[in-house]
Order: sequence, then C-alpha cells, then structure tokens
Amino acid sequence: MVASLVPTEDEVMLRDAARGFLSESSPVTAFRANRDAGRTHDPALWKEMAQMGWTGVLLPEEAGGSDMGHRAAGILAEEMGEVLAASPFISTAVMAATALKGAANDRLAGIASGDAIYALALDEGSKHNPARTGMQAEKSGNAFRLTGRKVFVADGSAANRVLVLARTAGTEGEAQGLTLFDIDAARAGLTRSAKRTVDERDHAQLDFDAVEATGDDVVGEVDNGLAAVATALNAGRAALSAELLGVSAGAFGMTTAYLKERKQFGRTIGSFQALQHRAAHLFAEIEITASAIANAGRVLDEDPDNADIAVSIAKARATKTAKLAVSEGVQMHGGIGMTDEFDMGFFMKRARVGAEWLGDYGFHAARVAAARGF
Amino acid sequence: MSFFSDDLDQFRVEVAGFIAEKCPQKLKDMPASDRTICWGGKRFNFSCDEQRIWMEEAAKVGLTAPRWPVEYGGAGLSRAQEKVFREEMAKSDAPSPLESFGLWMLGPALLAFGTHEQKLKYLPDITNGRIRWCQGYSEPGAGSDLANVQTKADDKGDHWIVNGQKIWTSYADKADWIFALIRTDRDAPKHKGISFMLIDMEADGVSTKPIKLISGSSPFCETFFDDVTVPKTDDEGNSRIVGELNRGWDVAKHLLTHEREMIGGGGSGAAGGILGGRSLGAFIDTLDDTLMEDPVIRAETMELEIDTLAMGMTMERYKDMAKQGGVGHASAMLKYSGTELNKRRYEILMSITGSEGVEWDGEHGTLAPEWLRTKANSIEGGTSEVMLDILSKRVLELPSA
Repeated sequence: MVASLVPTEDEVMLRDAARGFLSESSPVTAFRANRDAGRTHDPALWKEMAQMGWTGVLLPEEAGGSDMGHRAAGILAEEMGEVLAASPFISTAVMAATALKGAANDRLAGIASGDAIYALALDEGSKHNPARTGMQAEKSGNAFRLTGRKVFVADGSAANRVLVLARTAGTEGEAQGLTLFDIDAARAGLTRSAKRTVDERDHAQLDFDAVEATGDDVVGEVDNGLAAVATALNAGRAALSAELLGVSAGAFGMTTAYLKERKQFGRTIGSFQALQHRAAHLFAEIEITASAIANAGRVLDEDPDNADIAVSIAKARATKTAKLAVSEGVQMHGGIGMTDEFDMGFFMKRARVGAEWLGDYGFHAARVAAARGF
Repeated sequence: MSFFSDDLDQFRVEVAGFIAEKCPQKLKDMPASDRTICWGGKRFNFSCDEQRIWMEEAAKVGLTAPRWPVEYGGAGLSRAQEKVFREEMAKSDAPSPLESFGLWMLGPALLAFGTHEQKLKYLPDITNGRIRWCQGYSEPGAGSDLANVQTKADDKGDHWIVNGQKIWTSYADKADWIFALIRTDRDAPKHKGISFMLIDMEADGVSTKPIKLISGSSPFCETFFDDVTVPKTDDEGNSRIVGELNRGWDVAKHLLTHEREMIGGGGSGAAGGILGGRSLGAFIDTLDDTLMEDPVIRAETMELEIDTLAMGMTMERYKDMAKQGGVGHASAMLKYSGTELNKRRYEILMSITGSEGVEWDGEHGTLAPEWLRTKANSIEGGTSEVMLDILSKRVLELPSA
C-alpha cells in the first residue's frame, strides 16, 4: 500500500508541535541575535530539540528514538527552514543517524540524547561530488592514515564526531575504492578552521594530517564507502529540500503579508495585478515543490534503496523554488528588502547556501536525466 | 444494485475478467498513435466495429461512467474501486470505452444540481453513448469575462425563444445536444440572470460553423441561435433548465473547477499525442543520438523532466487532498501550471525533432498540429491570467483593486 501524499494525523500533530516550539524558542529574532553575537551554533537550542525528541526522529526505539521516518524528519526540517532555525539537525539527526543505522545502540544513543553532534566531511572542491573524493586513507597494518582537505563541512565547528569519506583504493572519480570513517573530531592531526559563510551558519574546512583511524572506525565496508553513505546522503538531501521549502514558505509569507499592508499611489500594493500575478506564480511553484518533497520522504520511508530520482527531483525543485521565492521576496518588498535590518536577506542567503550543499540544481538534474534515460 | 462486488480483491478479479473477455483484442493491440477516441452520439462514425462493441459492453455494466450511480447508468464504484478499474485497464492496454462532454461536464452538473427525473432522463443516454453533448459557454463578447454572456431567452409562457451566438463550442457540428449559459433575466446583475439550459441541436434555428485553427484542424465551432424555440418542460414534465432559473452561474462555476483540473492534468506527463504513453527519454532514443550533446537542449529537457515528474506528484497530492475535503480555488494552480508546462513540453519536442518536426506529413507528422494546439491550453477553460487572478484573490486573499 503506497502512502498518500497528504500528511497523516500524526504528522499534522508533529508539525503543529514543531511550529509551536520554534515560534517560542527559535523565531527569526533569535537567529539574528546569534548572528549579531557571532554565534553559528546554539547549544541550548540543540539541547531543547533533543528533549523534544527531534534528534531521534530516525532512530529505533531501542536507541532512544521515535523512528517516525523521513517524512516526519522533512516536516521538522521544513518548520526549521521557515523560521531559519540553525542547528545540526540534518547533519546529525538525519544523515549520521541514517549512515549509522546498523551501528551499536550506544553510539546511536549519543545522537538521540543530543550529546553527539556529527558533521559529514565529503566535498573537496567548490561543487558537491562524492565520487570525486581524492583524499587518501593510507592503509598501514590494521589501521588507516587520513591525509587531505575537506571543505564546506556543515556543522564542522560544533561537531564532536566526523563522518569522513576517503579513498582507500582506486583513483579520483571512481565510485569504488572509497571508505567511510566515523571518528572523534578531537583526534590528533585533525585541524578545523571555521569559514564565515553568507548564511552565518557553521561551516568549516577540515585538514587531515595523517589522522589515525582503525577498522573499528569504518562504517560499512572498506572500499565501498559510497554505498555506506548513499542513503544517508539522500536522506540529508531530502531533509535539506524540505528546509528549503520552509525557507521559500517563510519568505513567501513575509511577502504576501507585506503586499496586504504596504500602500503606494494611495492603494495597497497587493491590489496591483503585476504583483498579484508574481505572487500567484510563486504560490504555484511552492505547491509543486511541496509535492516533490512529500514524495521524496515517502520513497525514503518505503523503498530507500531506490530513492535517487525522487530525492533529486525534490532537491532540484527546492533549490529553484527557494531562489525564486527569495528573489521575488526582495523585489516585492522594494528597498526595505535590501536592508540588513529586515529579515528577508537572511532567507536569501540561506537559500543560496542550501542550493549548493549536497548537490546543486545541475548535479540533481543530471541524476534525474540519467535515471530517466537521457 | 452494482454488477460488481464491493470487496476490493474480489472486484479486481471480476473487473480484470470483464476486460479480458469483453474488450476486443484488436483494440488492446492497437498502437496508441492509431487509437481514436470513442465519442459516441447519434452521428458518430466508429473507427471499427470493435470500438462500438467495447463501448456497448462497457456501458451495459456502467463502466463508461464508473463512479456514477447504477440507476443513472453508472457502475456505482467507490474511489478505491475506480482506481483498481483504471489499473486493470492500463494493465491490459484497454482503451477508454467512451469519452464525452456528457461524461466530463454535463453529467457532473446534473448529478450536483439536477432533479432525480432529469438525471433519469439524460444520464443513461450519456453513459450508453447515444447522445453526444457540447458545451455552449463562450461568446464573442464573453471570453475571460464569461458572465457577460448575451445569448438570451425570451419568456413566451410555455417556451423560450433563444437568440444569440456562442463561440469555441467544441465539436458542436458533431453534437446532438448543447448545454448552454443563456441570459434569462436581462435586468438582474450579470451573474444573477443566467440559466443553465439544455437545447436540442436539431431544433430549428440552430446552426454551426467550424473554425479552422492554426493547427489546421477544426475542433471548435461558432454556434448560432436564431429564434430557437426551447420548451420549458419536455413531454415528461422535466425542466430544460438545470438548477434554478437565473442561477446558472453557480452550475457553471462548479463545472469550471472540474474543467480546470482536467485540462491541468495534461501537464502531468501522462501525455498522449506524439509521446503515445512513452517517456520523454524513450522518445529521445528514437531520434538522432547526438541530440543530447547540445547543451541548451539537454538543459531544457532535464528541467522539463523534473517539472513534469513534480507536476505528476502534485496531481496525485491534490487528488488525495480532494478526497479529504477538497482543494477549493487552489485547483486554478493545476490548470495554470499544467497547461504552461504542456506548452513548454511541446516547444522542447519541436526543438528536439528539429527540421523533421516542422513537416506536416513527415515521420513526426502529428507533432506540429499538437504543438500548435497546446497554445490554446492556457486560454481555454480560463486563461493563465484568470487563473493567477483567482489564486491571488481567493487563495492568497490579496486585496481587490
């Protein structure tokens, strides 16, 4: 039985609870305060999210989770996107939780409790492309020595654990020969440098200088790391798409409210057809993207091994829609949309970073094209 | 009393058996491109005997109108049963036994607004394919501003005298009856003086003239009413007006929502026409294999494919929402996005077929007329701009000018 694309009662309740919590604990004003204070991570907020059970949304009950599934994770991510709540939710509760699904319960329990914060160290260039991983993990006896640089590592500063993809065989560009390691972020030889990004969130560059890893640190099989991380990446992409849908909805909500209140030429500007049609078009785009996101969550829950195309449709649509929503948001606000004092710019900057993370439009369009036979 | 079991598993067995036994193999084997739609009606020329047989067999058990009540000629199926029926039809490659404006538009209007006697009189003729209906809405001066219809009916006691002109009447020259928006009160505000009237196309004074389109075909007509006598009630005492006198706009609005969802459905990529059920990728495989090396064509095609698949998911989601209480005016989104997407699809199909695509009689001979036809998608049933107006006023609740 294929699930409906309309949310279940449980999912509606989850959304209401998330919305209530976030409007109290993490309105956009809270993000602004963190930005002004130079904080890219809010440990208190993360602790509260853990207490709400969000860190365990994909974890089994034996590990302290609620196992609600990817659609539920998407709902949480979407609500966070709408108010720009910054947290390591996608890195930790979605991607690490998925990658480590087969791991011992005590490791997963660290995620559920909120004590473990994970970062995924994958990309080495300015575009997402896990297969192009060149970073070496040299075998020495029973262990590995990791040397190389990872860039654009989301939550890389706050993290106390790192999932890192490195090459144990083959050459750059080959899908085989990669291995996924789960290591302590404080391990000797690992240097983390925070990078300020336009969205003012936690991104870091990680330099590995002969960092030691053992067989116990390997997730999945040696030389088959891309498979070990594939579903986790898809889960992260789907959740990020949901976040971007929330970003779109947040920007759109501000925009329609402004159209109903701002007056020029003696009229409410929302009465001008030129603006009405821009807003209505944006509504249509957001609705279509929402369907793709609901579908991606459904496929990840029902058939995670065949989720590439559903996830890539979601990420491509979410990327494009968020770009439209924030551009239209600024345009329809006029000059005030350009000011730092107004929140619209935050949405625009998060949409840009979200567009790049875990694969841009072209990366996902190419995956859809390949799956659809051209 | 339905011909089929309520139990879903049992129903699947029964309906699959029915299709296997009653739908002629010739129809199932026919390539999609050779299939012609079975419209029914007094003057319909069946493309082959098998087409007629399949229509009649399906009609006997109500499967030309699966969801309509059995007493009115339908099969009385639940939504879940209908889904199973569609699945089994697709599995066995059986074509739809009957399509018509009666099934799409008038039937739903009668079911929602008609009297029991009107339903008994008109609906079985639709499900049996005996009467073909056309829709008389637009007029030369009433396009997007549909409520401005001027075709009028003068009250002559026991009958009306109708005068005026309709335009864009689909297949009026092939239809037996017309359901039309007629002004029955010229003094009332424009939305409050229209009636939804049923008129026999064989009545004296009704004439039609096909309009040749840029695609070369003439699916639309002008329909003229010149002192046409329409009895207020038929021999059995049934009114020729559906719903209340002067409240035809309510019926029309109800149906327009219906029509928009249907036209929007073309965007989901369940495309007939040149694709004939194939995916875009499968169609591209039949063309020059260096085609996708063109970066612009490749990019546009990839984007189209993403949007097509996402639109299909949206149709599914909106159907699910409709089951759980309706989508209201947001259905204008399906019409707007679906038709704009379909136009884009055909621009890209023309682009990838190149110089072969512009030949009227070439290998892709059906493509050019289809491409030209899609340009009407965002005009008929409410233009894209009217859809955006509906969304901004009714869904986003932006202020009126």
